[in-house]
Parts: sequence; C-alpha cells; structure tokens
Amino acid sequence: MVKKVGMETSVAIGEVVKRVNADVIAAYPITPQTHIVEHLAELVAEGELDAAFIPVESEHSAMSACLGAAAVGARTFTASAGQGLELMHEVLYVASSMRLPIVMAVTNRALSAPLSVWGDHSDAMAVRDTGWIQIFTENGQEVVDNVLCAFRIGEDPRVLLPVMVHLDGFHLSHMIEPILLPEPSQVAKFLPENKYPLPLDPSRPVTMGDFGPPVIYSEAKKAQEVNLRAAKEVVLECWNEFARIFKHSYHPVECYRSEDAKVLLLAMGSFCETAMVAVDKMRGEGKAVGLLRLRLWRPFPFEEIRKAAQAAEVLIVLDRAISFGGPGGPVCSEVRSALYPLDKRPKVIGFVGGLGGRDITPDGFEAIISRGIEIAKKGSKEEFEIFGVRE
Amino acid sequence: MAEYIEEEYFAPGHRACIGCGEALAVRLACKALGQNIIIVNATGCMEIVSSQLPYTSWRVPWIHTLFENTAAVASGIEAALKVMRGKGRGLAQEVNVAAIAGDGGTSDIGLQALSGAMERGHDFLYLCFDNEAYMNTGIQRSSSTPFGAHTTTSPAGRKSIGQFSWKKDMPAIAAAHKIPYVATACPSYPKDLMRKVEKGLKIRGPAYLHILSVCPIGWRCATDLTIKIGRLAVQTGVFPLYEVENGKYSLNLDLPQLKPVAEYLKLQGRFRHLSDEVIKEIQQRVEEEYAKLKEKMAG
Ligand SMILES: Cc1ncc(C[n+]2csc(CCOP(=O)(O)OP(=O)(O)O)c2C)c(N)n1
Ligand code: SF4
Ligand SMILES: [Mg+2]
Repeated sequence: MVKKVGMETSVAIGEVVKRVNADVIAAYPITPQTHIVEHLAELVAEGELDAAFIPVESEHSAMSACLGAAAVGARTFTASAGQGLELMHEVLYVASSMRLPIVMAVTNRALSAPLSVWGDHSDAMAVRDTGWIQIFTENGQEVVDNVLCAFRIGEDPRVLLPVMVHLDGFHLSHMIEPILLPEPSQVAKFLPENKYPLPLDPSRPVTMGDFGPPVIYSEAKKAQEVNLRAAKEVVLECWNEFARIFKHSYHPVECYRSEDAKVLLLAMGSFCETAMVAVDKMRGEGKAVGLLRLRLWRPFPFEEIRKAAQAAEVLIVLDRAISFGGPGGPVCSEVRSALYPLDKRPKVIGFVGGLGGRDITPDGFEAIISRGIEIAKKGSKEEFEIFGVRE
Repeated sequence: MAEYIEEEYFAPGHRACIGCGEALAVRLACKALGQNIIIVNATGCMEIVSSQLPYTSWRVPWIHTLFENTAAVASGIEAALKVMRGKGRGLAQEVNVAAIAGDGGTSDIGLQALSGAMERGHDFLYLCFDNEAYMNTGIQRSSSTPFGAHTTTSPAGRKSIGQFSWKKDMPAIAAAHKIPYVATACPSYPKDLMRKVEKGLKIRGPAYLHILSVCPIGWRCATDLTIKIGRLAVQTGVFPLYEVENGKYSLNLDLPQLKPVAEYLKLQGRFRHLSDEVIKEIQQRVEEEYAKLKEKMAG
C-alpha cells in the first residue's frame, strides 16, 4: 500500500513532473511559483530527472522555449504566476492555436499595481480566452493528480492543446500536506508516451505557424474552438480513467451538499475548502445551503453548471478578480449567461473577494451567503459587491 | 564548400519584392544550411513572403511563432532534441537549428531573447537579415537604421535629418557574449556568405551571422542595383566583412583604399536629402569605425 507523505505542494508538483519523465522544463522565477522550479532544477541537477532545464531570461522566453520543445515532440512543462503569466500572454495564444501540448502550473497571484505577491485569480482571468484547457484545484492532492492528468489530456491526439493547472499562490503552493504521489507503475498504465503527430523533422518537412489571410483565418479559429470544446469529452474520460486507477474522482463541477439546496454558493480554488466549513455550519442550523466548486474553467462546463444550479433559488458567485467597469467578476458573468437560457433559473448574485491574498474565513463565507440572500430579496445598489472591503 | 549548390530549400515563387536582397540572402543561406535543419523564423518580411496559407516556400522544417522570441523558440528546440536523443526518443540523428530574423527582430524587440540564448550557450546558428528598418510594416526605423536615413518614423524634414542615431553595432553585441563565432556577410558576396553559414553551423555553441540585405523598397533604390549597392556597402567600409572566432578578429576583404561613402549613399533615395556636410560627417565616422575594427584585427 502506498503511503501519503507530508510535503509542500510545489515540491509535489516537481515530483509529478519527474514521474512523467518530462523532457524540457523552461521557466523563469516569480513568487509564489519559485519552489516548483527550484525543485525541478534540483531534480535535474541530481540526475533524478533526465530533462533539459532551460533557465530562460524571461517568462516570454519560457513559454517560447516551450513552444519550440513541444513542436519537436518533447514532453514540456513550465510554471508561472501573476506578472509572469501576463508577460507570457501573447505566447499563450500561439501555444493553443498551434496545437502544442504544454503543461503549466499557475500559482495564482494578484496583478500589479500595487505590487502584490499574494493570491487571487486576476492572472488566471486575464488569460481566460487564450485557448488553453484550464483546471482549478483546491488542495495539494488535487494539484498533483491534475498535473498528471494535464499531460494525458493535452497530449491526447484528439486534443493536442496546452493545459493550465491553477493553484492558489501560497494558500496552496506553499502548503505542506499529506500527499499521495503516483507510483511509476501507475503512471506507466495511465499516461501513454507523448507522440506528437507532426513534429518538426527534416525527413518530413512541415511548415508551422503560417501567415493566415482573411480567407482562411476564420476557419482556423473555428477549428480551434470546435477542438477546445470537444476536449471536454477527453477530460471526462481522463478523470474516469484516473478514478479507476487512483480511486479518486474529479468532475467539471463538484457539488457539495447541493442536492436540495435553495441557496448555492459557487467558488473556485482553495477557498472552496473553507466555504465547505461554512456550508456545514449553516446546514447544521437547518439552512438549505450548498456549494458548487467549479473545477473545469475551460472548456466551460455549461451542461454541468445548468444541471447543478437550475433547481436553486439563489446562486451566489464569488470571484477573486474584478472585470473593471464591467458586470462583476468574470466567473459570475459566465455562470449567469450559462443559466440565462433556462426557463427556471436561480437569481445570480455576484461577489468579489479574496483579492491580493485577503483571506475569507468560514464566518466570512457565512456573511457572503447571508448578504447574498438579502440581495436576492431586496436588491443592491451595485452590480456586484466587494466582500470585506473598507470604505 | 561546394562551388555551387544546386538544391533550393527556399523555393522560388515566394512573394518578396523584385530585387529583394533579403530573399536572395535567405536563399543562399538555405543552400548552405542544407536539409538536416530546423529553421525558426521571426515575424517580418521573410516570414510573410514565404508562408501565406495554404502555400509554403519552405522545403525544410520551418516554424514561425512570434516577432521577438525566435532565439527562445530555437533554444527550446535545440535543448529538446538533445535531451530526447539521449533518451532514445525523437529524432535519431543530430539536427541543426537555425534562427532567422530581421534587424528589428534582432537588435530591438528580440535582443533580450537572443542575448539569453547566446549566454546560455545553445548550439544554434542565428542569422540576422539586416535591411536596416522594419520593412514588413512599412519602412519604420529600427536601431539598425543608419544615421541620416529617411524612414517613415525617422522622416527627413525641416527639423530632422532623418535617422538621428548611429547604427547599433549588433555583431559587437553578439561578440560581447563571447560566443565562439560571429561574422558579417552580404549576398553580394555569395560564396563568402555560404562559407560563413556552413562554418557557423559546424561550430559547437551559439553562432551569430549578421547579413546586410539591400531592400530596394525601403532604401529607395533601383531594383537592379541590389548587388551593386551591397558591394559598395562593403567597399566603402560602411559594412565590413569580418569574422570573430573565439574572440579573434579577421577581415575577409581588406581594402587598402576605401571608396568614398558618397558613392554608396547617392544610389539610395533614403539619403537623398543629406547635405555635403552631413555626408562628410558620415565619411569620418565610417573611417573611424573601420580603423577601430582594424585595431581589433591587430590585437
Ligand atoms: C510584438 C509585436 N510588435 C510589433 C509587431 C509588428 N511587426 C511585425 S514585423 C515588424 C517589423 C519587422 O522588421 P524586421 O525585424 O527588421 O524585419 P523585416 O520585415 O525588415 O525583414 C513589426 C514591427 C509584431 N508582429 N509583434
Ligand atoms: S520590403 Fe524589402 S525586404 Fe521586404 S520583401 Fe520587399 S524588398 Fe524584400
Ligand atoms: Mg528589417
């Protein structure tokens, strides 16, 4: 029987990348991602992982080097956060548009200014439309499991897309938890060899990254959109297979005590664990509240969200990012528009909170739920409210 | 080196302008790069003229991603091929990697990525095709545009003589990275160019080749003067042909007597507005720089 070992999530990510025998890691340090790449550098330096560790001079080059590596068929990994993810921005689109499977762990971090090294989801939301598959995680074990899954999903010949695994900066990246690492025999069973179908190869010359005139650009984008949407089936298949081998299952939307709930809270990432405590307490008091944890962010799980939320009266969505001057948080506006076509749907109330590392306690979640119920009844002056902000 | 390489890896039928020195330089370079190559191309004229969907001019594996990241993409490819070969995966044979970019993609927006790749010592050849401006976007100045040249963002006018700064010395910047091989070339000297490409490819570690490429559109010159103007750039000392091998400089074409710079300038509309005084200033600067280069040969 394999035993759980107490270790920092960042270190555990490195251990997974070692176990999948990655070929290339190109990364640039940024808090709170540093422990991941430091551990990988160490594994390579000690000969425990036979990979090229490319200590690039920027995140732009990190992702660019990953493009090159993936284009010759290498199993490729990187990690970043916050400003680093922003500096990669234009390269992210290229990775997905050119169908290059790259796995990236993002230790979610707030964006400057003011400078903040602490966690929120501003960085993730800024890269929402880059065409990557995006998975949110809530604890160290989920991170480990989903980094492993990310390689299988992205490299699947039906998918061939880059995958981001989001984990909250510090709250998750720096936590020490009991973690079950995948055994080499399990990895061998679960993860096939990366066989990129058309790599750069002098014996079979291909032209990659052409110039697309108007007569062809729309078709290229349609193909990309169809492909990303279709990837959901492969994600589900991967999680099913994962459950079979590792006895732990994942779903695009995780439902917690939500079956008969009149009021639902929806959150993403590590905050979900705290929110569960609040839900338990309120359930204990006889209140019909439940929690939806949105795990698969791209491709967006429309059906699953509708199914999970349609019976509720109120759905309160907590975003950890602001769409400035817009309808509220990006997650709330997407969830709201996903539910809009339904004849019977809950009122959707948006909150923003947990910005730049600001914690939300179980009491805080209780307060959000109570205030959400109140807004659903009486309305609010604002499009959305920022929780816990000092005026 | 073979006297003449018949194979064309950069196929005819691309969309470059008539008399394009850059397309000629790429074609010659490709002959010397051969078939066992992966080419990484920056955004710019050469990428645009060669890769419009659904056609391609490339008979060798070729990848374009962005404007400023060419050296970084090349470093990823090089590192990946090496490690995978060691693991018995991927390509069995050793494959060469070349990065190609314009002067803007090299000396401006791509300088950081290039510096990083050279400093890390990746085994690749970087070719800068220097047509002395951002031609693809319509002749805007770059840091490689020569002093006094008219471009659309350094226009000559009542209060402007055109480009206000002296050309950035990109080969010197490459050499400062102490990489094993740096050289300059020009397609007006095709054998010299191909020899240097072959040499740069063979050398272990980063090699940098800076290739002056006449652009009749941007330089406002006759399309049948491409070769002549390239020769004059060399013969006037404006663009000396030299190599730096492990820090040792050698001139490939030493000229006892430089031709007057005016002969080079007067064939190009981009310098048309320059007064005799400014031309004298340029002449002086060229002589000084040439003398400094010769000192390096001696040292
Ligand atoms: C990040 C970014 N900024 C600007 C551009 C627009 N752009 C494309 S090519 C180019 C100029 C290319 O100049 P150079 O590298 O000298 O190559 P040339 O076209 O002259 O051969 C510019 C400015 C771009 N594609 N990407
Ligand atoms: S603009 Fe100049 S460099 Fe570009 S294709 Fe035309 S001649 Fe060649
Ligand atoms: Mg140019």
